[in-house]
Amino acid sequence: MQDVENIVNGQKLFLKPEYQEVLQRKKQFEGSMGAIDPKKVDEVQEWTKSWEYREKNLAREAITVNPAKACQPLGAIMVGLGFENTMPYVHGSHGCVAYFRSYFTRHFKEPTPCVSDSMSESAAVFGGLSNMKDGIRNCNALYKPEMISVSTTCMAEVIGDDLNAFVIGAREEAEGELDNTEITYAHTPSFVGSHITGYDNMMKATLEQLNPARSERVEDAERINIIPGFEPYLGSLKEVKNIAKMFSDKIVMLGDHEEQWDTGAGEYKLYAGGTPLADAKTAINAKTTISLQKYSTVATAKTIKNKWKQGYETCNPIGLSGTDEFVMKLSELTGKEVPAELKTQRAKLVDAMQDSYPYMHGKKFAIWGDPDFLLGLVSFIVEMGGIPTHVLCHNAPRKGWEDDMKAVLAKSNRADECNIWAGKDLWHLRSLLFTEPVDFMIGNVYGKELYRDTKIPLIRIGFPIFDRHHLHRYSMSGYEGGINLLTWITNGILDQLDEETKHIGETDYFFDAVR
Amino acid sequence: MGPETLESLQKQAIDEVLAGYPAKAAKNRAKHLGVDSPEGVKGACDKTRSNKQTVPGVMSQRGCAYAGSKGVVWGPIKDMIHISHGPIGCGQYSRGGRRNYYIGTTGVDTFVTMNFSTDFNEKDIVFGGDKKLKKALEEIDELFPLNNGISIQSECPIGLIGDDIQAVAKVHKKETGHQTIAVSCEGFRGVSQSLGHHIANDMIRDHVMPDTSFRKDFEGTDYDVAIIGDYNIGGDAWSTRIILEEMGLRVIAQWSGDATYKELAIAPKAKLNLLHCYRSMNYISRHMEQEFGIPWMEYNFFGPSKTTESIRKIASFFDESIQKKAEEVIAKYTAMTDAVIAKYRPLLEGKKVMLYVGGLRPRHVIGAYEDLGMEVIGTGYEFAHGDDYKRTKEDISRSTLIYDDANEYELEEFVKKLRPDLVAAGVKEKYVFQKMGLPFRQMHSWDYSGPYHGYDAFAIFARDMDLAMNSPVWDHTTAPWDKEA
Repeated sequence: MQDVENIVNGQKLFLKPEYQEVLQRKKQFEGSMGAIDPKKVDEVQEWTKSWEYREKNLAREAITVNPAKACQPLGAIMVGLGFENTMPYVHGSHGCVAYFRSYFTRHFKEPTPCVSDSMSESAAVFGGLSNMKDGIRNCNALYKPEMISVSTTCMAEVIGDDLNAFVIGAREEAEGELDNTEITYAHTPSFVGSHITGYDNMMKATLEQLNPARSERVEDAERINIIPGFEPYLGSLKEVKNIAKMFSDKIVMLGDHEEQWDTGAGEYKLYAGGTPLADAKTAINAKTTISLQKYSTVATAKTIKNKWKQGYETCNPIGLSGTDEFVMKLSELTGKEVPAELKTQRAKLVDAMQDSYPYMHGKKFAIWGDPDFLLGLVSFIVEMGGIPTHVLCHNAPRKGWEDDMKAVLAKSNRADECNIWAGKDLWHLRSLLFTEPVDFMIGNVYGKELYRDTKIPLIRIGFPIFDRHHLHRYSMSGYEGGINLLTWITNGILDQLDEETKHIGETDYFFDAVR
Repeated sequence: MGPETLESLQKQAIDEVLAGYPAKAAKNRAKHLGVDSPEGVKGACDKTRSNKQTVPGVMSQRGCAYAGSKGVVWGPIKDMIHISHGPIGCGQYSRGGRRNYYIGTTGVDTFVTMNFSTDFNEKDIVFGGDKKLKKALEEIDELFPLNNGISIQSECPIGLIGDDIQAVAKVHKKETGHQTIAVSCEGFRGVSQSLGHHIANDMIRDHVMPDTSFRKDFEGTDYDVAIIGDYNIGGDAWSTRIILEEMGLRVIAQWSGDATYKELAIAPKAKLNLLHCYRSMNYISRHMEQEFGIPWMEYNFFGPSKTTESIRKIASFFDESIQKKAEEVIAKYTAMTDAVIAKYRPLLEGKKVMLYVGGLRPRHVIGAYEDLGMEVIGTGYEFAHGDDYKRTKEDISRSTLIYDDANEYELEEFVKKLRPDLVAAGVKEKYVFQKMGLPFRQMHSWDYSGPYHGYDAFAIFARDMDLAMNSPVWDHTTAPWDKEA
């Protein structure tokens, strides 16, 4: 029973003897043989750690277990929230939107505005046009957006709703109410690609639909666009903008969701920050667009390069060389020398890397996440002398990514020990970790079950992270982001070293005050 | 704030909210909003329109049928594998979000927090996914040999492309002898997660209840009961179970938090079904009454007043020995809960609360707040039916704003108008209100605390409400230079 002077929650409550008895008594009703046979469980558990199991597991064709990816509309919503006063609008069932909002909210600990037009059975039969007509109008009246950013769910895609026609229909029906509201739209079927595909489709659509035809393009030789890609680290957005500002005030971020998920206490406002629509509508005039995530912007790149005939570059400013390339690219494009401040920042990062390298050197890592995130992070680990033993990308694109990753790993002097696992899930990774163990894992919240199973420490970098606070506020990008990565990884390693040497009278001879 | 002022404020709030909508939507929403009070003749609890299509284009807090079936009813059954059948998203977004606690070796004999998906791609949509599903079932049985059955939870495309998942399940079951259940809980069905609960219950009725294999050797007692509609959020069912066992009852099944397939299959041997979440599991309780003659009763284990009332009601189904033990249990815990109230009531007395949750909580938790001297001035459900609102009438004790399927806009306006001291709702709402400087508790997940069911849990509830209301962080919302001298 609870002690009023020391009320405990479930964490300790259920360890009390009276609850342990309750849990024991329950067992007699649980299993098919009177109780689940602990011997059998141990036996199967050991088998799941074997090479035999690994082979069966890797041979899976149909079932995905513990994926490391999400679906398209999630990425589309991130794009919408990157533009000023924009309401993401999902054409489909509200169940999806409840999931998208919860997912982002749990990661950022911030509200996530997004509406749906609540399609159900009748829409499945007759199509979602009437939902769209009412929905756009209601959304506009209640939330007064400057722009509504429409994406679709798998339901709307399977029944074949035509967004172009529907948006026109909604405008016509609205008695002029929508005349001052931009409506951009993209088809984002959940059964194609992943959340980064949705990001790409929505970004491409937004840019195409807001901008005039190429014949009306007025090139602004100084203007440069930056597209961040599906970026869950708000600090990275800030860092990239800071670096850009050092070169030119005519560098514009397209899809800047930094402020939307980082607002202060005191009052609640639906919309915060974002790329001004005026800037979004003149994106075509820029001399060059730089994408920071090549694989989150494959379709967008085609529009910019082929339709707009604009300069197009990709840079991945994670880690030292990634940031170097970005900085040199900006220098080249603006014709401006690298500012002293950045030179200092770089020197400081290198200094920090040289301070800490012994701890990362030769350590084996298993890393998973989105394609571009991995290219950046793995590059940094190689720069530090770490070994990316398992690099797992569930949503790896069919073309290009593996070759790009090979090129990154080729820079490692232990390249032959590195493995790329494209299209594999985290249950595959579990087998890999048991058969070819590593020292540390780097990944998102779903790694905590792998941590529990394998005891391999998890350093949380990626998306989503629900179970640690405020990491998303930091940067992974730029030289300062490099220091964050270095701090997280090195201190993760040091925490583990302390953990392993803390046992009094046994291992604590190596428990040092100075590391 | 006197009761009349409160009521007029509540009515004004509704008028102001409706004024923001276009005419068609306003007309619709007006039927879902109202005010009721205990003495009222026919108030909002009798008249509120519910279980209807959500107005398009709003930020609804509702989920879908898949969420109701996989997320609520089936997902917590721990020794079965539940496949999210269709594209990757649904399974991923619903993974680990509900805190359905369980004991077991995850990945070996227990699977609740894992995500199994058939990860549909375009080809599966075009050519159908039945073959992939069949293969997936085989792979699961090979890699997870200790699973005690598989359920197939349909996502939207399955029903739309016309896959015959029932046939696939049937064939697999025939070939392997393993329980395999296809649940057509596509997200577009119905208007909320509610239909998913019903569909899920129907599949348990059709596939689990007829399985008599475990019932044959089951030795029953006169005191066997089943807990129905407790999902063991933060361990709720365990803190319920201890009370029932101390009363002398034997809990033979838990639906469905920390449940096993066998528990569901032996459940028809219970002498009484104890129903906590009426909304999600009244269907199976009614079926078991009809088919097996098992009576069911609703109970409420939130807060000592309701818990004590419920214990007496449960005991009245049994003989004097149980009734005597029930009184002993009440006496034993009342000393503790009285001490909890003595400690926390002075800190919480008179604080006003607005609730917005699903299932049973918009009414069930009112008593727990009242035990602490707090007043609920507004409540509503994401996916209730008329009978839920009728039941709510019994629990309100002052003029109360009632909102059905309220959306983000409405909640925000209501809160701004009524200025409660605490808002208790879900994660999507949490940060909206905290930004306004309002204490908030997540009442779906107990804000990662809990349990909240039963006597021991009330101590946690009281401590958490104090934590929410009396944290110094709320004093910092206004900067010192903005504070009035």
